[in-house]
Amino acid sequence: MGVPLGAALAACGGTGPTQTGAGGGTGGGDATTGGGGSSATYWYLSTQPQEGVRTRTIERFNKANPTGTITGTTFQNDAYKTKIKTAIGAGQAPTLIWGWGGGTLRSYVQAGQVDDLTPWLDQNAAVKDKLFPSSFGAATIDGKIYAMPCETMQPIVLYYDKRAFDKIGAQPPQTWGDILDLVPKFNAKGIAPFSLGGQSRWTNMMWLEFLFDRMGGPEIFQAVFDGEKDAWNNPIAIQALGEVQKLVKANGFVKGFSSITADSNADQALLYTGKAAMMLHGGWTYGSMSTDGGDFVSGGNLGYMNFPPVDGGKGDPGNTVGNPGQYISISSKATPEQKEIAKKFLSTSLIDDTGVKEWVETGAVPIIKGSDAQFAASKDKDFLNFVYNIAVNAQSFAQSWDQALSPTAAEVLLDNISKLFQMSISPQQFATNMNAVIGK
Amino acid sequence: MAVPALVFFAGFGVIPLVGVLALSFTQWDGLGEIRLAGFGNWGAILRDPGLPHALWVTFLVMALSWAFQTPASILLGTFLAGKHRYRAVLSVLFFIPLLLSQAAIAITFKALLDPNFGLGAGLNIPFLVQDWLGEPVLAFGVVIFVVSWQFIPFHSLIYQGGVRQIPRSMYEAAELDGAGRVRRFFSITLPQLRYTIVTSSTLMVVGSLTFFDLIFVLTAGGPGDATRVLALDMYKRGFQANLMGPASVIAVILVLVGLFLALLLRRIGGRDAGHSQLEGV
Repeated sequence: MGVPLGAALAACGGTGPTQTGAGGGTGGGDATTGGGGSSATYWYLSTQPQEGVRTRTIERFNKANPTGTITGTTFQNDAYKTKIKTAIGAGQAPTLIWGWGGGTLRSYVQAGQVDDLTPWLDQNAAVKDKLFPSSFGAATIDGKIYAMPCETMQPIVLYYDKRAFDKIGAQPPQTWGDILDLVPKFNAKGIAPFSLGGQSRWTNMMWLEFLFDRMGGPEIFQAVFDGEKDAWNNPIAIQALGEVQKLVKANGFVKGFSSITADSNADQALLYTGKAAMMLHGGWTYGSMSTDGGDFVSGGNLGYMNFPPVDGGKGDPGNTVGNPGQYISISSKATPEQKEIAKKFLSTSLIDDTGVKEWVETGAVPIIKGSDAQFAASKDKDFLNFVYNIAVNAQSFAQSWDQALSPTAAEVLLDNISKLFQMSISPQQFATNMNAVIGK
Repeated sequence: MAVPALVFFAGFGVIPLVGVLALSFTQWDGLGEIRLAGFGNWGAILRDPGLPHALWVTFLVMALSWAFQTPASILLGTFLAGKHRYRAVLSVLFFIPLLLSQAAIAITFKALLDPNFGLGAGLNIPFLVQDWLGEPVLAFGVVIFVVSWQFIPFHSLIYQGGVRQIPRSMYEAAELDGAGRVRRFFSITLPQLRYTIVTSSTLMVVGSLTFFDLIFVLTAGGPGDATRVLALDMYKRGFQANLMGPASVIAVILVLVGLFLALLLRRIGGRDAGHSQLEGV
């Protein structure tokens, strides 16, 4: 028992003279409390190819600024969401807090854990002007900007395998009705109609986001977000929840979907190995499917489209949902030196031309205005232009629900979504459970 | 001599426990300030239908894993207690699962049981291609199986020790009276193992309250909430929904259930635990 005690005490001791840095890995605790102030810390997500771009961005910055460097630590997506909250609550946050904005950012702001960047962005108007204005929505809490939008716009798109459609001799769906008609055809050929990493739960949520939007427009969820009483009881919401259960009942999703996690990219593997015909997923999966899928993407087998309209639906079929950007905040607990390093990072390496080029190479659209000029040279130019046009032309680019809501409401939402897909609750029960946490 | 142990116990056992009890009467999102909430959390949790469900799942995991592990461990332990060399070799092999971390075991089983890329699909064995972790009943069975797979070696070891303590003279006398192998097992080995059974059962029952990592990685409490045990419910409320107060209420309930079970088991088996069964005492 001696060893864990020693380790625990060392961790409590906290304020070592300098941060340990190169140790990398999990030693996040020591890093921020380092009194030296010559280095800022930055935690980010580990999936390739995005991880590589982030790592190289830090390396570029450190090379240019040898006196004030940044130490990076990587985490898996779902693990990161818990880790960062715990670290912030314990006063051990990294200098740069990476996230998705929205409700989680609001909880940091309410706790006074992140700095208001509005004055800094006003002084550095050139930085702000480089970015798409739509990306600032999820970074703005009560009229002030608490996070710098960065990296890429990631709308959710409907991917499909052209080979699978050739096999059944059908065309990609034009409407929601087509989707329901395609399901038995694919099942008859032993191909799962849709891949889904259902254990991650937010993957299921993307279906509801689109069905709500296509059937009733963005207003339906906006009412929930605005805290309107019993907003989930909207008949269109109930109907949309029923539509998704219809798809589950018809075996629209791959067998075992509720035990597949998105973190392992097994859902993407189902698509590129030909086991599933379609997949509704974030724009970021294009990059990982190109990396992991052999010649699936380069061989031109991957098709993609915006989510099709629902017959009689009120929503604009040009709308999209997803991540309007990623967001970096500066911890209010960081030392002044660390904050200086952080701001320099936000205004230089994070949004420089090399970064834009590298993001484009991963098959993603940077949130930098005019980045489409870089697309022509890219092997992924069709996909990039497709995403760019969706993002630029969408009347509404709604933020993912679990990011927009507070963490408390988001957990109840995800929990009920997994039950909805499990068919263990009805649409009305879902609405009742969700109404109970509106505004929380 | 007891001082370091006491300090350790107070620092890492008692003080956090008091802290959790205090937190259960507050409202805290883990980030901002802590506000008093009186009995609000307790009222909300005790009325929450999620609590009886989580308690029921926890109880089922406990009961079924006990019912599965105990007979298997006793049989294996008795077998391994024999003095043959090959049994010593086997006991080393049996011990291996215990050396692996729960998270690693969970990741491995998850990969093996994947209906699309797992063992069944890879070797083309239709029976193995089930939605193991996606069907509530199957997922529950898998959890019990994996828990047992990991802990049967440990309990076998306890029983092996217990069996070796049983005086040889008893078996010799029984043999003279013409008792067969099965009769000797039920009339001597099993009654003599009584206290070992209590010890091993206490470890199993109280230990099963803390199964978290394995279930978290394997099913994350799913599908739906089919495998959401109390410990997982506490984690989800506290660290995913940012509700530290209600999560602390669950933590206190967990402690109470654990204490109650430990006391209960002591009463059942321990009334005359001081009484020795050893030869010549």
